[in-house]
Amino acid sequence: MDVARRAVGWSAALAALLVTVVVVSAGIGPVRIPPAEVLKVVLNALVVPAGIEAGSRDAGTLTLPTLSVVYSSPFAFPVDDVHRRIVMSVRLPRILLAAIVGFALAAAGTVMQGFFRNPMADPSIIGVSSGAAVGAVGFIVLPVSLSATVALPLIGAVDIGVSHGAGVSLFAFIGALAAAFGVYAIATRHGRTPVATLLLAGVAVQTFLGAVISYLQLQAGESLRRIVAWLMGHLSAASWSDVAVTAVLVPPLFIVLLVYARDLNVLLLGEEEAQGLGIEVERTKRILLAASALITAAGVAFAGVIGFVGLIIPHMLRLVVGPDHRILLPTAALAGGSFLVAADTLARSGGAEVPVGIVTAAVGAPFFIYLLMSREVHEL
Amino acid sequence: MSDQMIAIQDLTVSFGGDPVLSGVDLSIDHGTFVGLVGPNGAGKTTLLRAIKGTITPDNGTISIDGDPVTSLSAREVGRRIASVPQSTTLSFDFPVRNVVEMGRTPHISRFGSHDADDVTAVEEAMVATGVERFADRPITEVSGGERGRVLLARAIAQGTPALLLDEPTASLDVNHAVRTLELVRGFVDDGRTAVAAIHDLEMAARYCETIVLVAGGEVRAVGPPADVFDTASVRACFDAEAFVGANPATGSTAITAYPTTGTNPRRVHVVGTGRPAARAVSRLSAAGHDLSVGPVPEGDVVAGVAADADLPAVRVPPFHRPEGPHVADAVALAAAAEVVIVVGDPAESLRQVVETTTPTVRVSTGFDPADVLAAVASADEDPDAASPSVEES
Repeated sequence: MDVARRAVGWSAALAALLVTVVVVSAGIGPVRIPPAEVLKVVLNALVVPAGIEAGSRDAGTLTLPTLSVVYSSPFAFPVDDVHRRIVMSVRLPRILLAAIVGFALAAAGTVMQGFFRNPMADPSIIGVSSGAAVGAVGFIVLPVSLSATVALPLIGAVDIGVSHGAGVSLFAFIGALAAAFGVYAIATRHGRTPVATLLLAGVAVQTFLGAVISYLQLQAGESLRRIVAWLMGHLSAASWSDVAVTAVLVPPLFIVLLVYARDLNVLLLGEEEAQGLGIEVERTKRILLAASALITAAGVAFAGVIGFVGLIIPHMLRLVVGPDHRILLPTAALAGGSFLVAADTLARSGGAEVPVGIVTAAVGAPFFIYLLMSREVHEL
Repeated sequence: MSDQMIAIQDLTVSFGGDPVLSGVDLSIDHGTFVGLVGPNGAGKTTLLRAIKGTITPDNGTISIDGDPVTSLSAREVGRRIASVPQSTTLSFDFPVRNVVEMGRTPHISRFGSHDADDVTAVEEAMVATGVERFADRPITEVSGGERGRVLLARAIAQGTPALLLDEPTASLDVNHAVRTLELVRGFVDDGRTAVAAIHDLEMAARYCETIVLVAGGEVRAVGPPADVFDTASVRACFDAEAFVGANPATGSTAITAYPTTGTNPRRVHVVGTGRPAARAVSRLSAAGHDLSVGPVPEGDVVAGVAADADLPAVRVPPFHRPEGPHVADAVALAAAAEVVIVVGDPAESLRQVVETTTPTVRVSTGFDPADVLAAVASADEDPDAASPSVEES
């Protein structure tokens, strides 16, 4: 089919762009590394399962048999060890986190713009970002110990807990979902959620949470700097575990959104017409809202509030590939990944590092003004 | 297949406590074109929305092809009924072709894509509605009338046995209005069913075999156009004075509406021939006066108007002078009337009809209908009240 062919073609092109941007970005920094070297480092790090090895483990009084998978790397390019460590430990986690967060925010932004039938909507419209900010700032200001030592039979004493950084992310994630659910609950009456009510409930909740954030900042004292850094969006603390968590959360949610892309097209006609065309409107809206809130929460929990990615990327891609969500959603998501990697590269390659949220806003706001002044939004 | 495409029993719908429809019973057979007519706010759109299940009634049941609409999924309803809304809010620039393709949504599974049947249905619908010429233009850049035809194409592409239309001709020029209704008529002649809310009573009378007259949230009349439309029903439902006759061009019901005057009905006899006398008879009849006419030649437009309104008339065979019996009958009618209106300059042979003891008002052929009404109201009270175009004798 024509749509499928166009979707695959555009997505392949934008995926290639994303890979290129990632490779180039990994070479940029105080130590310049040629893209070919970056590729060799990354290929060397790839592993494939090579076999299974039986072993045993001594656990207290018992000896437990274990099975472990043995991996081997198919590549062994000669590379500079310093370069390897810079790419693998410093730059790549941050770049991949930027790519995944950009992907998630642009996907959620595309869905929200379709959902609200308004090209000015963005992922934070249902309070997700504000909720995440309250969660994160609250955790920074009022630190809660999330560590404990638990005695387990057979295994013995185990320390469980999360680091401070992971705690911030966890609380941001919970805050984001709580805010989104609150907005949804406020706007839902008798099983129906009118989008206009949802929009206004979102504005009200964002305003209220804004007041909470301001109050927490006043109480912050020493930690104010970290709060400001979080609120502006940051990727500097990215770790491989952040990449792993987002890489597990984002793709399944994105697939849910993609499955509903055609329903989203029909919803643009208006809910009553969509119902007449066989869409179970309220159920579809709930699924789209939940998946968008989760995918946005997964992004902002690890990167802080990064504006404009979810607003301008879908808009730009709509100008290029058209409004059909079956094509727009994957292309906007991939372009969002490339955009955030590029913006973060810019943020860290200056003399003093700036929060990436400043870069996206500085690039995004002028583009937004351009859109306002061009014919593209006059129809609204 | 059930006997009725749509069966509505005791339907009551209210918005925020205000009843919009109350106790509506209606059954619509397969293969009929039903026109919903009624004044603004009568509940026509609400009735259409209830049929497709987008509003929940307070009471009553609606069955679509034998199954209660509440028992059907959105997809099942979408395979039985397609609807053409008054307008669409689509603010993203989808090509027209994609909007028509959306009509196939109820036929495509979640993970499936358009097959050959879908492509054929979309192409045929676009050709039938004439939108294939601008199929690749964005929906945001076509005119209001073109948009209306795109919505019709989408509904036809949906391939359902029933079609609901809400004011399908409201934004269309006369050519496209007629083409749209011809298209729906053809759809019905192929055995399918259409229900359309239509404001233009004459268009409704011309294309629908059944008219449902809705007013004040109730069904006031159901039947063929000629039975449903008459002076009394139009007055009761639309609060307008109307002359209901036959359109000489199409033979279908013609309805000419005038503003309400609150006239006190009187017994009036009209003497005259041709279009001016026909205008006077139409206006006086619409106002509720009890009329008689004559003598008039058989086949004259006044004779036709008198027949439409079922008025007593003295008819003279064509190309004949009025004979003694004709004149005598007309004199009897004039003498029994409270007012005689004479339009134009009658022949000398009609002197006796014009000169009865009944107050008589002469009207020139270029009269204003409002003046005739005023003259009838004041004929025996105040001779000076007549306007310049009306002369008392």
